[in-house]
This record gives sequence, structure tokens and C-alpha cells, in this order.
Amino acid sequence: MTDMMTETGQLKETPQTTEGVGGMGHSVKRKEDPRFIRGQGEYIDDVNLPGQLWLDIVRSPYAHAKIKSIDASEALNVPGVAAVVTGKDLDGYKLAWMPTLAGDMQMVLPVDTVMYQSQEVAAVIATSRYAAADGVAAVIVDYEPLPVIVDPFKSLEPDAFVLRPDRGPDKANNHIWHWESGDRAATDSAMDAAEVRVSEDIYIPRIHVASIETCGCVADWDPVRQQLTLHMTSQAPHAIRTVLALVAGGAGLPIYEQNIRVKTHDIGGGFGGKVPVYPGYVLAVAASFLTGKPVKWIEDRSENLQADSFARDYHIHAELGATKAGKITSLKVKTIADHGYTDAAADPSKFPAGLFNVITGSYDFDNAFVEVDGVYTNKPPGGVAYRCSFRVTEAVHAIERMVDILAHDIGKDPAQLRMENFIQPEQFPYKTPTGWSYDSGDYPRALQKALDMIGYDDLRKEQLEKRAKGELMGIGISSFTEIVGAGPSHDFDILGIKMFDSCEIRVHPTGKVLARIGVQSQGQGHETTFAQIIAEELGFPVADIKIEYGDTDTAPYGLGTYASRSTPVAGAATAIAARKIRDKSRKIAAHLLEASEDDLEWTNGKFSVKGSPDKSKTIQEIAFAAYTNHPAGMEAGLEAVDYYDPPNLTFPFGSYICVVDIDRGTGQVKVRRFVAVDDCGNIINPMIVDGQIHGGLTMGFAPSLYEEISYDELGNNLAGTFMDYLLPTAVETPAWETGKTTTPSPHHPIGAKGVGESATVGAPPAIANAVVDALWHLGVRNVDIPLTPQKIWAILNEKGVTA
Amino acid sequence: MTTQHISLTVNGTVREADVEPRLLLVHLLRDVFEMTGTHIGCDTSNCGACTVLVDGDSAKSCTMLAVSANGHSVKTIEGMADGANLHALQQAFWDQHGLQCGFCTPGMIMQASWLLARNPEPTEMEIREGIAGNLCRCTGYVNIVKAIEQAASELRAPASTDAPAEPAVAS
Repeated sequence: MTDMMTETGQLKETPQTTEGVGGMGHSVKRKEDPRFIRGQGEYIDDVNLPGQLWLDIVRSPYAHAKIKSIDASEALNVPGVAAVVTGKDLDGYKLAWMPTLAGDMQMVLPVDTVMYQSQEVAAVIATSRYAAADGVAAVIVDYEPLPVIVDPFKSLEPDAFVLRPDRGPDKANNHIWHWESGDRAATDSAMDAAEVRVSEDIYIPRIHVASIETCGCVADWDPVRQQLTLHMTSQAPHAIRTVLALVAGGAGLPIYEQNIRVKTHDIGGGFGGKVPVYPGYVLAVAASFLTGKPVKWIEDRSENLQADSFARDYHIHAELGATKAGKITSLKVKTIADHGYTDAAADPSKFPAGLFNVITGSYDFDNAFVEVDGVYTNKPPGGVAYRCSFRVTEAVHAIERMVDILAHDIGKDPAQLRMENFIQPEQFPYKTPTGWSYDSGDYPRALQKALDMIGYDDLRKEQLEKRAKGELMGIGISSFTEIVGAGPSHDFDILGIKMFDSCEIRVHPTGKVLARIGVQSQGQGHETTFAQIIAEELGFPVADIKIEYGDTDTAPYGLGTYASRSTPVAGAATAIAARKIRDKSRKIAAHLLEASEDDLEWTNGKFSVKGSPDKSKTIQEIAFAAYTNHPAGMEAGLEAVDYYDPPNLTFPFGSYICVVDIDRGTGQVKVRRFVAVDDCGNIINPMIVDGQIHGGLTMGFAPSLYEEISYDELGNNLAGTFMDYLLPTAVETPAWETGKTTTPSPHHPIGAKGVGESATVGAPPAIANAVVDALWHLGVRNVDIPLTPQKIWAILNEKGVTA
Repeated sequence: MTTQHISLTVNGTVREADVEPRLLLVHLLRDVFEMTGTHIGCDTSNCGACTVLVDGDSAKSCTMLAVSANGHSVKTIEGMADGANLHALQQAFWDQHGLQCGFCTPGMIMQASWLLARNPEPTEMEIREGIAGNLCRCTGYVNIVKAIEQAASELRAPASTDAPAEPAVAS
């Protein structure tokens, strides 16, 4: 415990271990890569079991319709088709509905009414992939189309029809919940007293994570052993196991948690989209239970884009109050959150709008009030992340856009205005007006570094020259504060399960290590970075440490990987478990060296007697002794487990600067340069952190310029394939320029913070601010993302700007 | 459904199968030949996860029928390494952290091998354009470009004996 206290939060800017050991700060090449570069990864569609059947899904062409009948007779005549399952069949087992992670209810299959286009209507089980698809084509469904609501504001009107009558007569409207944070009265009076007020409506559209691997599973019910093995694409396998056990219990099925094994294998990208429980998973389980055979379900891309959970869809009205000199005094935000037909968000229970109230951002002011209302529409369930920790992207976009509008309104340079409003380094820990306690930060240093890297002053001069010539160039800044690492158990749970996380370490007699973690990799590189944490703490070389995850029969219980929580929570558990092993190692070393524990010091992977460095025992020698020569009265072996409940979240931050050029003739935005300075505390693997930032930036860039899932008035999805939902390719994606500052988290055992989502959170407002900056002199105050050529061209056309 | 007999060379080995005419090449490789290194990421030929070489040309195997590969030579990610020796592109993707989840990686490596066979000394923009048909959601492409640059440089080096040999076309 002494070690833990002294080492917590220490600054580690240079590696403390040798390259051969490969502890923190070394760019260790990834241990998982050899299988991936050979095509030997094992993704869900690579899992095939003997006797396996295939499941494919009949989906609704309508966004809202009554199912008059389902005729499966022709489908059942298709060669290879074994069964067709409908909502009425499931209803017999009380399985037609299931709970969402947000505590709402969601249909597995509809009994009588479909609620969005591409909703699951029936499942076909067949002997092959192709036969199942043939069966789907042969199922005849007779629908009676119903009126459709796609606009959440219309959904809230008093005469709107009720989308979810299943909620009972007490909830005869489409309002899901109201959530608020901050002090309304104090904010109102501060706003009334503000010398300058700026307000804006900002829409953050629906987007989809579109991991290159879609979702899928192989459900394997063994009726003899009463064992369910579910191979699946899940970011949270333990939570899935518990939910399955609860759902099965509710349905009276003999599937108990000790006999449920969830295995994730390799996952081809997650980004939040593989947190929810989709109907396809449950259908495969039900089909395996009915047939006694393994059943495989693999989504195709259009199903993935049209039916899986979406992100964002926040209609934000924000108002910022300030002095004439530009000192921010107050922020008031009212938001309508479109959740589709059910709230399937994966937010912690107490936070239906996630951590959206981190919206006061990097700025020091006293008064803020935020309210959010969740609304139903005829769209697929929305509200999961898109590489974003619980609505932080929406919050950062709003505050960073508002700060920029304020700067432009009062004629102050946006960088200068930020510098004058930043929370200062000496103010940490900093309590925000919405109740968060930021752990550490140095915002001016990060922004100054970004300004220096990009050559800000020269760019502003160039912009003036270009503007004089009629060229459209803009510079945008975003100085974001992230909030990751859910979370302290007093505030954070999902369906009641506290958001701790875990690590179990076993040191074998030959000095080799097996560690299992409660989180999950979808590409982050946990097999490498978690080995580095153990190498740092215990001195075993990374090569001698094997990390396992994603098998609920072996890994300790954890809440999984999303919201950048792996390093803040499971990473901490790993460090603490390693320190428990070190504490026991000290006792064994004292026994071996015939010295007092207090006379031993720990350096470079060995305990030595103070003042006699030649009298020492390496961690490998100690490991052997733990099984061959342990002290009397001590348990043999060398293992430890830790379930870590963080005392606080961690607050990574950064400053990004984007330079854009806009084509006057086409409205096309070209990102000329993008500098990203990130601070995620102490860094475990610089190469992997840079990779996370590159990827995060690209997933911030994508919705800024390209991606949007929109619907027509009939609820037709207008971006249901990659032909219309535009992921950036290598051609459009900028050559990212990255920089770092290091401000350790004071409460995290290794001083680390999360990093996977910082760039996705921070990048969009930098790009949007740059585009508005290029157009401000034309009278443009705001343009909602995505900043498509059509949208910009229409603005230029309206303003009389032509090529 | 009627089937058709096909014979093709996959990574230098002649393979035969009786397949439905509608079977996609990617499903022949994955489901019939059990070579799961080639992946499927979309329905519309946009993502390139299924990229293989057919007679040395880059092809999206989700958009080609297995019967169309009859008599041709297919190279997949499984055919890139020579036993324990990685292909220069595989090594470079590892060295440069050119992959994260690894799902797009086989297609990306096959596409890059096609690119470097035609243009041994590509500029950065030529690399970016050369892989524009392959989507990656994790890396932001920066390190993929670096990896392809590294491999290009190594494959050009005079000492290199790693020139990829195309297998003979089956008759």
C-alpha cells in the first residue's frame, strides 16, 4: 500500500525500465500483430462449429407499420431452411421483448407493430448462409403502414400519436425522460447580468460507428450439458452474460449464469457499436435453444448501418454569457435527444444524457445549467457512443463552437479568448459548476504548444492576405476536456452493476506471467499495453507476459471496454494487482535473503539489501521460490487479483488547431493542416497512443465532413450502405501532426488517463470552427456538421460568392 | 441447386470444388477452403477487406463469383509469408503500427502488394490513392502509409530477395 500511495500520479516522462523489459514509455511493438498480419486473427465470422446452422433476418421496409400476417410456408419449402421464427413464437416464451442497457424495453421481434425501417421481423434458420438468405427472400409479410414521426420536436407536440403504448397509460406521450444539471436560478441571473450574450442552435446528427467488422455471433446451446457458449462481438462480455442470465430467468429457461460462457475472440473494431445487445444475438441464442445446434448470425453492412444503434442525434440550444472583455460568466443549454423508438443508450444508470454536463469544458466560470429531454421517434434505437465517452463529443462540440462564436462576436482572437478563460494549472483539482472534479490539467501549455507547432501568427497573417484576394481560408481551435474512466461506483453503474474493473495476475514458477483482465480489446492493443504495466511494476519482460481477455469463464468480472475506460480502470487494477504481487515478493525475498523486509529495496526487477546491492533476488528467483521455497506460514504461489473502484474519473485534455481552405466554386472543404496536442497523463506506449490519436482524429474528421444518417419523412434511411454513408479514405484523410504534454492523473496508480476517444471528441469543433472562421466575414455564424460541399456551396451561393 | 466444378490455384496450390454458380469468391475462400484471412466488411465493394490478387490483379473477392476464378490464380494473405519469414509488407505493417483491430489489414496488405508491383517507388499521394478502395476505421491511415513506404524501400533494396513470385496459372 505504501508503494501504491507513493507511486500514484508521479510524472513519468522517460522510461524507467530497460528496452528489454519494455515497461511504461517504451514503444513496444504489438504482441497481437503476428496473427493479424498473417490473416490468422479469429473474428466472429471465422468461428465455425460442427453441425452449425445459419440465421438470417427478415426486416421491415416500413418505418412504422402493423404486421397483418407473416406467411412462412414458402420459406419453409426452400431447400435447407429449418425454421422460421416470428415475434408471436417468441412471445410464447416471453422473449419478444428484452431490456435495453438503459432500462427501457426493446423488441427482439415485433408481435404486431414495427417501429423503424429495417427492424427485425422474423428469423430464418437454415443449413447454410445462402439457404438462410433464400429463406428470408421467401417470407411474405403483409404490412399496414402507419403514420411516421422522424422529427423529435413533432414527436413532443401534444397531438402527436403515442409511439410506445406498451409503457402504459401513465406515459401516454413520446417523452422518455428529463435530466438536468447545474443551478438554473443562479445561471438565469448571471445570464441576465451578462454584458454579452451569444446563443446558437447546434445539431449534431445521427452517425454510425461502422466498424469494418459488422456484428455477429455463434450461439451454441448444449442440451445435454445445459451449457450455452456464446461466441460474439461484444465490448462487454461479462455484462452480456449477466443480462442473458436475467433474460433467460425471466423467460423461465434453464440457462443459468454459471453455464453461460461468452467468448469474444478478436473483434474488428468496436467504437461503442458492440456494447448493446442486438436482437440478432438473442435470436441466435433462441434458435440454438430450439434446435439444439450451434447457430451463426452475421450481419451484413446494410443491416449494420440501418438497424444497429446510432450515436449523437442531439438538438442543442446553447447560450453563453460573458463580459464585454470576453470573460465567460454563464452557460445555459437545452437539448432534445432523439433516441429512436427505444432508449438503448449504454450510459450509466444515473446519467441518461451521459456526461453531457461536462459541457463547461476547459473554462473557469461559476454558473451553468444543462437540461436534456429524451424523445422517441420512428428510428432505430439511438444513443450509443461513436468512439466517445458518454455524450462528451456533443458537449465539447457545443462549448467549443460557442466560445468561438463569442470570440468572433466581440472581435477577439479565439486563441486569446481561450487563454483568458482557461482553468489555470494551480486551480486543480477543479470543481465545475455542474459538479465534476477535474483531476489535473495544464490547458494553457497544451494550447501554446499547438499554436507554436502550427505557426499560428503566420497563419492569421496569411488568412488576412487571402481574404483580401477573396480566398476562403479558416483556422479553427478546439481546447477540449475529456472525462473518462467510469467510474467511481457511488455514481456509476449499468443495470445496477457497478463500473469497477479487474485484473488477475498469475506468476508461474519459471518466472512467466499470465494475466487476465475484465476489459476487452477491439484493436487497442491490450495484449501489449497491459503487459507493459506489469513489466513496469514487476520487472518481468513484456515478452514473458501473456494477457488474456474476452472469455467470461476465465477472465475476472469487468464492465468491458468503452468510454476510454480500459486504462483508467482496468489499467489501475493491473498496477494494483502487480503491487500486491510485489508485496508478497518482498516477504519471499526477505525469507530468501534472511533479511528484514524493511531492509530491502526494489529496483530494476529485484529486491536487494540496502547497502549491499550484491545481496539480491530477482523477481524470477522469487517466483520460483514462491512454489519451491516459500516461507513457513505463507500460502504458496504468486498470484493476485484486484477489482479497482476508481476514486474519480480522469480528465484528459488537449488543444487542436485545424486549417481549412474552401473552394469558392464547389464549396469543398480541404483540411490543409491539423495539429493535435494531447495530454493523457503518463503514457504506457507512445506508439500505441499516437495510433489511438490518429484513429480518433479520423473518426472526428469523418462526421465533420462526410458522415450522417438522415431519414426522409417516411422514415427511410438515406445512408444505409457505404455507397451513401461516406467513410473517409486515405485520400481525404489529413496527414495528422501530433504533439504531447504530460500532466499525470494524481489519483491513478500509474498517473495515466484514457486516450482512445480524446481525438474524436476534440476534432470536430476544430474543423467546424475553421470552416465558420473562413466564412464569418460573409455573415455566417454557424454551420452544422457534416460540412458537405452541398451545404457550403448553398451558403456561398446565398451570400453571392461564386468561383 | 446445380453446381459447377471449378479448379483454380490458391497461393500456389491447385484447389478444386463443386460450387453453386452464385457462390462468391470470398465465400469459396472462407467457407469452402476454410481460409479465413480474407474478410468481408460491406456489400457494396467499398471497404476492400476482401481484397485478393487474381492473376496478379487486385480484386474484391466479395464482388467476384467463384466460378469466374475457374482456371485462374488467386493469392490471399495466407500466401504472403514464406513460412516463418514475413513478407516485407507484413513486417512493415507490424513495425509501423499500421494496424489496430486487424480486420482491414489482410485486404490492405494485398492491395499494397498490388500497388508496389506496379509502382515500386510510389509517392505518399500515390500510396494514398492506391489504397483508396480500402477502408480502415482504426488507424487514420498515417501508419499504413508509412508501412507501405517502408516495404517499398525494402523491396527496392538490391539485397532484397523477397520479390513476390506469382504462382503459375492453373490450366
